[in-house]
Amino acid sequence: MLRYTINRLLLMIPTLFGVAVLVFVLLRLMPGDIVELRYLMDGGQISPEVLAQERARLGLDKPIWEQFVDWMTGIFVGDFGVSMWTGRPVWEEISSRFQLSFQVAVMATILATLIAIPLGTLAALFKDTWVDRLIQVFAIAGLAVPSFWLGMLIILSLLLAFNWIPPLTFKPIYEDPWYNLSQLIWPALAVGYRYSAVATRMTRSTILEVLQEDYIRTARAKGVFERLVISRHAMKNAMLPVVTVIGLEFAFLIGGLVVTEQVFNLNGIGKLFVETVTRKDYTMVQALVMLVATFFIVINFIVDLLYAALDPRIRYR
Amino acid sequence: MSKFAVSAALTAAIALLPAIADAQTPKRGGELRFAVSAEPPDYDCHAATSFAFIHPVRPHYNTLLKFDPANYPKVVGDLAESWEQSADGLTYTFKLKQNVKFHDGTPMTSEDVKASYERIRNPQGGARSIRQAVYEDIESIETPDEYTVVFKLKKPNASMLTNFASPWDCIYSAAKLKEDPKFPERNILGTGPFKFVEHAAGSHWVGERFEDYHVEGRPYLDRYRAIFITNTAARVNALQAGEVLSEFRGHSPADRDKLVAALGDKVEVLESPWICSLVVTFNTEKKPFDDARVRRALSLAIDRWQGAEALSKIALVRHVGGILRPGYELAATDKELEQFPGFGRDINAAREEAKKLLAEAGVKDLSFKLMNRNVAMPYTPVGVYLIDQWRQIGVTVEHDQPETSAYISNLRSGNFEAGLDFHCDAVDDPNLQLAKFVSANRSPINYSRANDPKLDELYEAQKGELDAEKRKQILREFERHALTEAYNIPVVWWHRIIVNWKQIKGWHMSPSHYLNQDLQDVWLDQ
Repeated sequence: MLRYTINRLLLMIPTLFGVAVLVFVLLRLMPGDIVELRYLMDGGQISPEVLAQERARLGLDKPIWEQFVDWMTGIFVGDFGVSMWTGRPVWEEISSRFQLSFQVAVMATILATLIAIPLGTLAALFKDTWVDRLIQVFAIAGLAVPSFWLGMLIILSLLLAFNWIPPLTFKPIYEDPWYNLSQLIWPALAVGYRYSAVATRMTRSTILEVLQEDYIRTARAKGVFERLVISRHAMKNAMLPVVTVIGLEFAFLIGGLVVTEQVFNLNGIGKLFVETVTRKDYTMVQALVMLVATFFIVINFIVDLLYAALDPRIRYR
Repeated sequence: MSKFAVSAALTAAIALLPAIADAQTPKRGGELRFAVSAEPPDYDCHAATSFAFIHPVRPHYNTLLKFDPANYPKVVGDLAESWEQSADGLTYTFKLKQNVKFHDGTPMTSEDVKASYERIRNPQGGARSIRQAVYEDIESIETPDEYTVVFKLKKPNASMLTNFASPWDCIYSAAKLKEDPKFPERNILGTGPFKFVEHAAGSHWVGERFEDYHVEGRPYLDRYRAIFITNTAARVNALQAGEVLSEFRGHSPADRDKLVAALGDKVEVLESPWICSLVVTFNTEKKPFDDARVRRALSLAIDRWQGAEALSKIALVRHVGGILRPGYELAATDKELEQFPGFGRDINAAREEAKKLLAEAGVKDLSFKLMNRNVAMPYTPVGVYLIDQWRQIGVTVEHDQPETSAYISNLRSGNFEAGLDFHCDAVDDPNLQLAKFVSANRSPINYSRANDPKLDELYEAQKGELDAEKRKQILREFERHALTEAYNIPVVWWHRIIVNWKQIKGWHMSPSHYLNQDLQDVWLDQ
């Protein structure tokens, strides 16, 4: 297990290097230029000399390979550089948004898990009954409705019903819990609904599959209480794919709430992603992609480790 | 009416008088919350171009002069108490207010003004300035005493006083600039009505009242909070819910109507012509746009008068104008405009002439791409309108809307056939507005790539002409030539719509979203 863990950790290095090369090259293939955008977007009358000075200041006049070497050298010493747009350190920009995105992801995950596992289990236990059909309708609707659209509906409903919208600026939960929750519960609901729909369907199908297994029939034949059969034997085994889904969805939520964050005006990683790509802020986009890629890799790794915890038969070598 | 009724009415009116007067007496206190649809990248006025900078940052600073908020385009003193212009137009002498302090308590003197303008016209030590060209006619800046600044010019410049009122020319501390010429990029230290409190990146900007502000009793507000809301729907929702009391750039007609329907008399709608225009730019290095007849034909095909009226219902455009904003004192009147190609009232005759010109140029079945900015308001509806107008003379046009960065890059590199370009300025000023039309080899924003010495000569002539009437005549000549050659053709001018909650008092509408944003006189009636 230890050897497996070390191997997986080492494998992260070439994976992240591959991501770094890919994002660096792809960004520079995109048309446009941050300097032109910054100074000409509002119609400024800027001379070509000033634009050239700015490019030099940002290091964009250097050959591409040199820019890549500079960036990689920085990464190895833990310096991701400064945002080309704001001039502030990249990690400062990201960390100020990360807390919000992380909290929404955690809240949506808790919400989705609390909804999905009981509903998925009920649907499986009452297969082909009205209970199952009702839950299926709920789940399919969740898959069909985009989170941002649901978010828009939530905002408009709040506006029409109470002439109120969630707060526009963020305060950490430890500073002002009520304010914080009144801002973030709504996006968590909007995102959590779709998330719970995926997990509900997965829970239902894996429990149905597990319920057909021999060991379940054996447990029932031995006279084990049905509640114990479900909770101890069926649920535990059925959770493996559900954990995978929850893990991947969680990683996605960190940088993937692009439109939902805009709808709720949340100052999170998703919104930052869109803004930096639009601005051609290479250093910021590179750092964000690396962050999200690292998050996915780490979450996958944790999920793999959880497999072993959930199913004693699984042992990694 | 009985005596009793008259007496009762008079008593009621007298009783109401204090209330009416009270409603108009500025009240101190409160926090003004407003939305800004973008965010400033850094804090340096001298290198900024966007309203996203002006709206949160301008309240921290003063400029030498400014536009009278209630009487645009009248210029009034901001840090200057008085000023004189020599008869030959070569010397401007400013007497500064003597009780002005920076937010750190140090007094503001003529050295600060000199250092700030030197930084704008000749930045050193890694500082950036993007308005060097505006002040290229300044020969020297002198400070005979602590509160006098003298600008000496190499040649007369009719726009100089307007330039000194530019909202971008913040006065910085000379001492701080000496320590670090890049100091203003990351620090706020001004003399303005509000001190800097906080900038939460991506979220908001806060300023609070500067108690030692040099104007007695101002500012009225305790503080202001600019909230960055990039999504249009979210901005309108925030305004509707009262989470913000204004958005000072401008709304589309649809958003205005939505807000008025929802909020009724709780809000006030303010509208004005806007110093922004949409201009079709033809790439004269590409055939057949190297032929003036083709360009003029395409201009003649556009029904601007009908189009402006129709488009004003769905987009933030409304006014037909030439090179200068309609309504501006030096702009062409409607009668004068109608004499220029493409601005006549008889569209059928204009389109017949357009077809003839295309035939003369030997152009048949013309088709091309119109590159447009990928921003819905007002670019997309105007682009669609133009395509329909050109279809009516048998020209087929494809609408191409790359993202903004690619759009700008294509305009600059010449990778387009025709483009719908825009032109926004902080103030009405021929030197600024004509820059889109003078030769490309001297103006970086003339994307047509055309060079025309006659336009350059006329530009220089109007710039040095201090007599307003004579300047006007030169401008008309410039306009006629530019619109006949049609390298760049104005299509329609923007219309600014602001919806404010009625609590906001003391804020005045102007034709520029860059002006009247120091918040010095703004107060909240609550």
